[in-house]
Amino acid sequence: MQEKYDYIVIGGGVVGAMIARWLSRYEGRLLLIEKEADIGMGCSSANTAIVHAGYDPLPGSLKALMNVRANPMWDQLAGELNFPFERRGDYVVAVGEEELPLVEKLMQQGIRNGVPGMTMIDGPEMRSRERDINPETSGALWATTGGICDPFQVTVAAAENAVNNGATVLLNTEFQDFIWEGNRVIGVKTNRGEFFARWVINSAGIYSDNVMHKAGVRPEFFIKARKGEYFIFDRAEVQIHNVLFPVPSSRGKGILVTGTLHENTIVGPNANVIDDKEDTSLTKEGMDELIDGAKKLIPNLNLRASIANFVGLRPMGNGPAWTPGLNYNNDYVIEIPSNVQGFVNLGGIESPGLTSAPAIAEMVVDLLKDAGENLVAKKDWDPIRLARPRYAHMTHQERRLLCDVDPSYGRVICRCENVTEGEIIAEVHAPIPAQTYDAIKRRTWLGTGRCQAGFDMTRVVAILARELGVSPFEITKRGKGSEYLYRKTKDTEVTDVN
Amino acid sequence: MSIKKQYDVVVIGSGPGGLAAAIEAKKGGADDVLVVERDVELGGILLQCIHNGFGLQTFKEDLPGPEYAQRYINEAKTLGITFLLDTMVMDVTSQRKLYLSSRDFGYLEVDARAIVLAMGCRERTRAQVRIPGYRPNGVFNAGTAQRWVNVEGFMPGKRFVILGSGDIGMIMARRLTFEGAHVERVLEVQSYLSGLSRNYVQCLEDWDISLQLQHTVKKIIGKDRVEAIESVAVDDKWNFIPGTEEIIPCDTLLLSVGLIPENELSKKAGVILDPVTGGPFVDEHFQTNVPGIFAAGNVVHVYDLVDYVSMAGAGAGKSAAEFAIAEKERAARYIPLVPGKNVRYIVPHKLDKKALEQGDISLQMRVTRPIEEDVWLEVRGDENSIVKRSERYVRPGEMVTIVLKPRMAAELEKTGKLTVDIYPKSEA
Repeated sequence: MQEKYDYIVIGGGVVGAMIARWLSRYEGRLLLIEKEADIGMGCSSANTAIVHAGYDPLPGSLKALMNVRANPMWDQLAGELNFPFERRGDYVVAVGEEELPLVEKLMQQGIRNGVPGMTMIDGPEMRSRERDINPETSGALWATTGGICDPFQVTVAAAENAVNNGATVLLNTEFQDFIWEGNRVIGVKTNRGEFFARWVINSAGIYSDNVMHKAGVRPEFFIKARKGEYFIFDRAEVQIHNVLFPVPSSRGKGILVTGTLHENTIVGPNANVIDDKEDTSLTKEGMDELIDGAKKLIPNLNLRASIANFVGLRPMGNGPAWTPGLNYNNDYVIEIPSNVQGFVNLGGIESPGLTSAPAIAEMVVDLLKDAGENLVAKKDWDPIRLARPRYAHMTHQERRLLCDVDPSYGRVICRCENVTEGEIIAEVHAPIPAQTYDAIKRRTWLGTGRCQAGFDMTRVVAILARELGVSPFEITKRGKGSEYLYRKTKDTEVTDVN
Repeated sequence: MSIKKQYDVVVIGSGPGGLAAAIEAKKGGADDVLVVERDVELGGILLQCIHNGFGLQTFKEDLPGPEYAQRYINEAKTLGITFLLDTMVMDVTSQRKLYLSSRDFGYLEVDARAIVLAMGCRERTRAQVRIPGYRPNGVFNAGTAQRWVNVEGFMPGKRFVILGSGDIGMIMARRLTFEGAHVERVLEVQSYLSGLSRNYVQCLEDWDISLQLQHTVKKIIGKDRVEAIESVAVDDKWNFIPGTEEIIPCDTLLLSVGLIPENELSKKAGVILDPVTGGPFVDEHFQTNVPGIFAAGNVVHVYDLVDYVSMAGAGAGKSAAEFAIAEKERAARYIPLVPGKNVRYIVPHKLDKKALEQGDISLQMRVTRPIEEDVWLEVRGDENSIVKRSERYVRPGEMVTIVLKPRMAAELEKTGKLTVDIYPKSEA
């Protein structure tokens, strides 16, 4: 395969998807490549789903700049891309009098970062807003611009909008190396052939260090994985509506107890730096740490109502501070390096990366303009991406009408989350087709409930096989190597385990 | 097939509890009995239980699950019970209104005089036993694997480890061995078997599958698909005993770690659950705290034998029929009060014909427009006038009362509704 593009984005996480969406408004051929079987399978699908107000990052860091610039962009973004987003606000809760000065300091930092709408509330007020909060609570920072979103849908919606505006997304396509002409990058080699472009954008998440090293950029930059583990709770048993942060420490923002837009309460993340960038395993120590963290905020949390765990790896880089002279070396890298032509380099986009994604995309566009790229806006660019029906959230009347229009929406496949066959079929045939079980799960919330796919699994595999026109043996959970089935029963072959 | 707006008894679920309930409800005199089943066939989980051991109590025979179910299905079909297959109950209210969703029938609203909850139970999952490690494909609940093998006809792995000595786990150990898979062993965290002894003998011992008591899974290994598990011995408090770890290569881990009554719908209807059983509080008629809502089988508490589920179902079905019949009789005694000429509304809106036996009943109403001359106030039955009195005028601002007397009871018996008219005597 040999194709010529104007822009190639490496990596289909939320940042790559947002860059593709931003670039799709300009003339030019655009390609996004993703090594996994779906977009958004890394950090973008394993985080706390928070749109941060911006009081956390160090003043003067690019993290702070991006966060504060991006936060107000989310209302319009959610309106255009039709993903779930709610400006619910968030709390940083001080437990015991000794934590109160720390929270006040955080508010001062927020003010320096330019965060609007923050206020301190006292212990009784906090306790009245969250009745299960630790009775030792002495006060809290109330940041009204904090929000929560559905990060799976954010990524899908942004990438879909790019595709609807002419971009190409290739899944299962892994970057291997650059193609050069002198010191100019003119394309990429992948497992699925070579692709040429005038600009290549490194948005490879946890592997962005490897990609930039292949370009000969920042050999001293390395990314480590900062593992974050989480618990998810049954919404029928645990209902925490608020977004509750503990007082942050040197290890990060700490273990939250927070509501989500799916109304499942989640607890996490912890933060343990590990060497293996693929190690998304859950640990006993980690789970114990989460339990302790959760109990600090909500002492009577019903831990038996946990229905699932997930693990995310934050791409923690050692980027130098954006503002020279600042004693900080975990900043974002967003640049067009001077020693290489045709290459936009991103690295270390950890939290608040989800929040910052639209501002990062905007900055990439600005960098390209500054580099002399003649970006011509498309006359027919459509900023709107329509959402697809979600049966579980509909009224009786809406369901009746939808079933009349398309009867497949009447067939409920996921008993706990009430996801229907119509929704699955729609996702399989969407602009970025969902081709694995997990792709369907992230887009529809199917299989995430209290029975954890006990009911839907066999049915979804059958529907996927039918809709994709393949054998059920080819259906996977998350791409090659994660198949469900091995053979039919009554096959004559006897398993030889040795 | 036409689906009615109202049924005497609606049974949710067609497993052993639901089928027995529907049959007994019908036999007990309920005319319209509807069974709603979310799967494409009747029988519930019995259909995937192709092993024997069912019916020893009920039929004095040793039957496989599908055959046991079929006996009930056959009886239910001859009785004229209505079945909705591949249909999910989305919501149930305490007023016994059900919302159903189906590809074939669309989105429906159905009223029930009585409901039998027979949704059964679901399996506990990995999160509830907190197994560390990766989260690859190949970690299945034993019941899901049972469905793959026995209903769908697929093998979900070659080499299995089973955690938990519940009945489904042990039965699957044997079943998978039949199908040529290798079952490495069964691990049980407790110091005793959690399923039936007969299953231990017939499913593990007879097939040389080893059971390790006081052992559990310390870690799941493999990112995309299970590659191995690390087992570990535990002490009496389930603490891992260091040095006892063992890596067991396998591609599938089955969990048979307990069952939970499935009561999300019950809660929507306002049914209160016993925190110990996880099922509704019920009385001797299997009635929950919500009048007219009954519950039977594994939805109430997890049973050891299916025969007992059927017995409970039958009891609940019988009680549901009695409730529905009483409800219907009571409803039949009610007649509506219909605002006729120049009447805006009447309170009460309906009345029990038998109520006059207890004494006078006053009907209060307002007129639509004023009439400033002598008027008749008249209450009519289907054929006869029942009471008629006069007033010098009527005005919307002033309420009008008409009293029904016990002597009018005989007239009331004959009519299906009461109409009130208020009109000038000059028009009479």
